[in-house]
Amino acid sequence: MPVSMDTVLALAGLLFVIGLLGVLVRRNVIFILMSIEIMLNAAGLAFVAAGARWHQADGQVMFLFILAMAAAEVSVGLALVLRLYRQWSTLDADIASTLRG
Amino acid sequence: MTATFYVAGAIALVATFMVVTRTNAVHALLYLIVSLLSVAIIFYQLGAPFVAALEVIIYAGAIMVVFIFVVMMFNLGPASVQQERALLAPAMWVGPGVLAILLAGELVYTLALSPHVEAGFAVITPKQVGQKLFDGYFIGLELASLLLLAGLVGALHLARPRPVANLEGSS
Repeated sequence: MPVSMDTVLALAGLLFVIGLLGVLVRRNVIFILMSIEIMLNAAGLAFVAAGARWHQADGQVMFLFILAMAAAEVSVGLALVLRLYRQWSTLDADIASTLRG
Repeated sequence: MTATFYVAGAIALVATFMVVTRTNAVHALLYLIVSLLSVAIIFYQLGAPFVAALEVIIYAGAIMVVFIFVVMMFNLGPASVQQERALLAPAMWVGPGVLAILLAGELVYTLALSPHVEAGFAVITPKQVGQKLFDGYFIGLELASLLLLAGLVGALHLARPRPVANLEGSS
């Protein structure tokens, strides 16, 4: 069975759904960040597959932008995780759910 | 040849599922690296060798190393020695190791048949990507560099230690 565009998109969709499940189910901040990485990667897979299917370089350019965004997001997110751990000595996301109004 | 796509896709799905269901963060990170590597093989088969290399170097390399650094920072002290010993146990690395060996076999097989692309997809060379990036997406490129600078400054600001009194009371 040759690889079709539908198969690649289905794979990207499945990876995205697994990442989304991770964000929704897990309460550990590190795991939430990892699941976000999975979702970004799945979106990048869809972009690259579409670019390869229509023989355009735009898909790979979009993946480069996703890569830069993921790097910036990870640096800020992990700095926030460090602050969370320093302040409450836990990685539970629910502990920081109340605002200090 | 199409079989390699399905094997890489299956490894990606299994490894990603293991990432979400692990309780130990380091186990999850190992599986996440395997998942990213298998997606890199899929990129190569879709005719995107440049992006496949970037996936390995930046995603599985740089970003995951930052993750591992942060995870390792959370358990300092005498308990970390016990943790190190547990990290060397076979149960720790057998799962990701088997998946990574499968991927390495696929890599050798794919390179032996190179250049090959799945039917219906076309190889897009790094030259084409670079021309497109600096020609049609110049503003986006500048914005991406600004975003990276903002991320750098933001991380520096957030990770800076502040006085305890400042942390506790602001009311």
